[in-house]
Amino acid sequence: MLGLGKKDTTLLLIVAALVVFAPFILNPFPGGSGMAQFNAGYPDLMQRFVIFGIFAIGFNILFGLTGYLSFGHAAFLGVGSYSAVWMFKLLSMNVLPAILLAVVFSGLFALLIGYISLRRSGIYFSILTLAFAQMCYALAYSVLTPITGGETGLQLAQDDPRILDAARDSGNLPVPGLFGLEMRSTADLVLGDWVFTFSAGYYFCAVVMLISFYMAIRIFRSPFGMMLRAIKSNQHRLNYTGLNARPYTLAAFVISGMYAGLAGGLMASMDPLAGAERMFWTASGEVVLMTILGGVGTLIGPVLGAGLIKYMENILSKINGDILHSWFAFLPDGLEDFIVTIVYPFIGKGWHLTLGLMFMAVVIFLPGGLVEAGQRIARAVRGRRSDDRKSATTEPAE
Amino acid sequence: MGILEVKDVNKRFGGLKALSDVNLSVKENTVHAIIGPNGAGKSTLLNCLVGKLIPDTGSVMFDGQSVLGRKPYQINQMGISRVFQTPEIFGDLTVMENVMIPLLAKRDGAFRLHAFESVEDETDLRHEAETMLEEVKMLDKRNMHTASMSRGDKRRLEMAMCLIQKPKLLLLDEPTAGMARADTNNTIDLLKEIREKRSITMCIIEHDMHVVFSLADRITVLAQGTPLVEDEPQKIKGHPKVKEAYLGEAA
Repeated sequence: MLGLGKKDTTLLLIVAALVVFAPFILNPFPGGSGMAQFNAGYPDLMQRFVIFGIFAIGFNILFGLTGYLSFGHAAFLGVGSYSAVWMFKLLSMNVLPAILLAVVFSGLFALLIGYISLRRSGIYFSILTLAFAQMCYALAYSVLTPITGGETGLQLAQDDPRILDAARDSGNLPVPGLFGLEMRSTADLVLGDWVFTFSAGYYFCAVVMLISFYMAIRIFRSPFGMMLRAIKSNQHRLNYTGLNARPYTLAAFVISGMYAGLAGGLMASMDPLAGAERMFWTASGEVVLMTILGGVGTLIGPVLGAGLIKYMENILSKINGDILHSWFAFLPDGLEDFIVTIVYPFIGKGWHLTLGLMFMAVVIFLPGGLVEAGQRIARAVRGRRSDDRKSATTEPAE
Repeated sequence: MGILEVKDVNKRFGGLKALSDVNLSVKENTVHAIIGPNGAGKSTLLNCLVGKLIPDTGSVMFDGQSVLGRKPYQINQMGISRVFQTPEIFGDLTVMENVMIPLLAKRDGAFRLHAFESVEDETDLRHEAETMLEEVKMLDKRNMHTASMSRGDKRRLEMAMCLIQKPKLLLLDEPTAGMARADTNNTIDLLKEIREKRSITMCIIEHDMHVVFSLADRITVLAQGTPLVEDEPQKIKGHPKVKEAYLGEAA
């Protein structure tokens, strides 16, 4: 289907199903129950899942295929966000031109940074991209304030021109939409104790994410993708095979920069506000973690990694000491306090500790990330089944 | 006039004169071997041919064009393929992909943004790749990852990757270095077979006399950066200058 092999079509359909039914899947616990705080099916968080999924998919095209580890990808996310907000201010509150400009601008920006950074490889390349991203961050905070809004960030204002939109006389700020459909509009479905929220913004992001995912599959299976993997594998041989590695890596860099810009544009479309902290180096590091946690060079890995990290960031960090005490209330007092003291550093503000430990465990025991974990489980299950079959067929002979 | 003409090439590394006034002419459809003791400048010469090194003076003409100043990938696009001393292949990719990449490089040039085509759809190229793998007896391993293959298999795969581009000149840098006798003989047989099947010019740098004398049409002996003699294998065997170079003054 759509020029994909059977296996890839299945993968795309599974991802599509997961994304479409996410409001149900991520809301397994009834509202009001003790477990409801683990529900992740609210629009804000689901949007973040798919947007960071796009970011990580794009990053994986560069890092997963060519092995060039960029430590400055957040710069493109920021450029995308700023471009989108400017489009909201100047042209229209429609999200399509905003996202288009975000992609184009971050692509041009990636072309410039990539052209310079790709003269080096390995750690030097990483350092160069990191330096560029930190420069962008510092500039956005200081001298570029007229464009970026400096410390307050770039925000919409009542008197922005918005030349394509009709004049508004209401006192409210306009909100981004798609031909009149507001991104923040939602519909609730109430089933017993459960409340499922469907948000226009989430489904818009989800469609964009599925298109991005589809394009990533095509790139992975194309001769271009094969060349990128060849660059990672043996650049020496590639040169003596008549291929020029430089334009291939540059193209991969620009494509992944455009994915990041797309993610940035979508973030601005969900919440029309862009700040320089989006370009900070921790944001660049986060996408590296997502990709490695999920599985470098795999199709689905980065999406899973992005989901996991955003889930932990939003859910784990909300658990506080009181909630812990209520969980362990059944224990004798002394023991309860003891256990809460032990667990406390790993939750709430300390969720980074959990993330760090998990990251270390994955890198040491599962270099292929969550995808490798899935494969191992599948193999174990299949192995047991075929063992059963083997014993079943051999038994009659005895 | 040969397909490869090396004229008055000099190369210095600091105080060391690696090549001095090297002249070499490789005729089309011959196997030309370059032999010489360690440090004779064989590898330096080869690196000058493929664009890895640029000679200080002199000229290297291939097929009527100068190769000097061109990058390795440009020289490959001119029609020179190279086999390395230790097999250089794409270790993380499958055998089939390893052969497809040089084919695509030959068809599409040094760069093409074919990001939305599918490797699966290239049926003509896949067929060509399969024929090539059949020739080097690796068709049954086409879906294997190359990292775990034996050195002999890697060598044959590298050979296939070079041959599939139908190069005008195939450079081989000690193709049997570090191989067991059986593997060496296999490689010799493979090279002989290749010669019989297709008209190809080869330039072999080799240590192993057994390999050289069973393959070469012409031999150049290199010593201390200068060509001593160039002649047919039979005449090289008993040549006093060659003996001297290999065994030292005493002989």
